[in-house]
Amino acid sequence: MRITCPNCGTRDRREFYYQGDAIAVHRPDVDAGLDAWDDYLHNRDNPAGETQDLWFHEAGCGAWVVVTRSTVTHHVQDAVLAEKVKR
Amino acid sequence: MAKLIALTPCADLLPLTHGEITVTEVVPDRLISVAPNAGQNKAVSALLQTQVGGGLSAVNRRSGPVTWFGHGTWLVAADVTLDGLAATTDQSDAWAVVAISGAGVGNVLARLVPVDLRGGVFKKNHVAKTMLGHLSVTIVRASADTFEILVMRSMAQTLVHDLDVAMRSVAVR
Repeated sequence: MRITCPNCGTRDRREFYYQGDAIAVHRPDVDAGLDAWDDYLHNRDNPAGETQDLWFHEAGCGAWVVVTRSTVTHHVQDAVLAEKVKR
Repeated sequence: MAKLIALTPCADLLPLTHGEITVTEVVPDRLISVAPNAGQNKAVSALLQTQVGGGLSAVNRRSGPVTWFGHGTWLVAADVTLDGLAATTDQSDAWAVVAISGAGVGNVLARLVPVDLRGGVFKKNHVAKTMLGHLSVTIVRASADTFEILVMRSMAQTLVHDLDVAMRSVAVR
C-alpha cells in the first residue's frame, strides 16, 4: 500500500505510523455532553468501504495526515494534512 | 579545566571507498533547527534572508544554507536570531553528515532507499526525508553524482555499515 504524503509525495505505508479513526481531529466542546464524548472516545464504525484514518509520517517529514481509503480494495483516494482539515 | 578532544560523529569510520564510490564525512560548523511559529513563515524567511543570505526553502528543497527538514521545520547551517518568531535549537552536534559520491552512486542508494533518487526526478538541491535500511535519514542531492546524507549522530556507525555493505555489493557486480 502506498500513501501520498502531501509534503513528500507517494511513499510506502511502512514509513507511516497508524493512529486510528480521523474522528480524533474533531474534538467535541468541553460541554458537548456525555453522548458526544462517548462517541468521540469509544464508539467506532467498522466500515467495509471508505474510511478516514490518521497516519503519522514517522519515517519521513513528521506530518500528521488524514488518509481516505477503502478497507475493501486498499485504494488510497486522498491524503491531506491534519492541520488543514476543517474543525 | 581538562582539555577535551572533540570527535566528529564518523571519526574512525570514514573515509571509505569501494570501486568507484567514496563516502566522506561532512562536518558542518553550525546546524540550527528552525520551526517558525504559526503564521510566521514569511517573517522568518525575511529575517533569514538578512542573516544567512537565504530565506526558507520550499518543501523538499535546499537553498544555500537552508534545508527543509520535515513538516514545518528547516535546518540552517549558520547562527540565527529569531526570538519570538520561531523555535530554534542548536543541533550542530546531533547529526552525522556524510557525502557519498562517484559514478553509479545511485546504484548503491537504490539498494537501501525506497525512494526514486534518479537524476530525472531527484535533482540538485532536492531533499528527501525517508529511510535508509532501518534508519530515518535526510538525503540531499549535492551534485549529479554526490548525495549528502544526515542521520542522528548515534546512528553513524549503522549508516556507515549499511553503506559499506551496499557499496561492496555494487563493486563486485
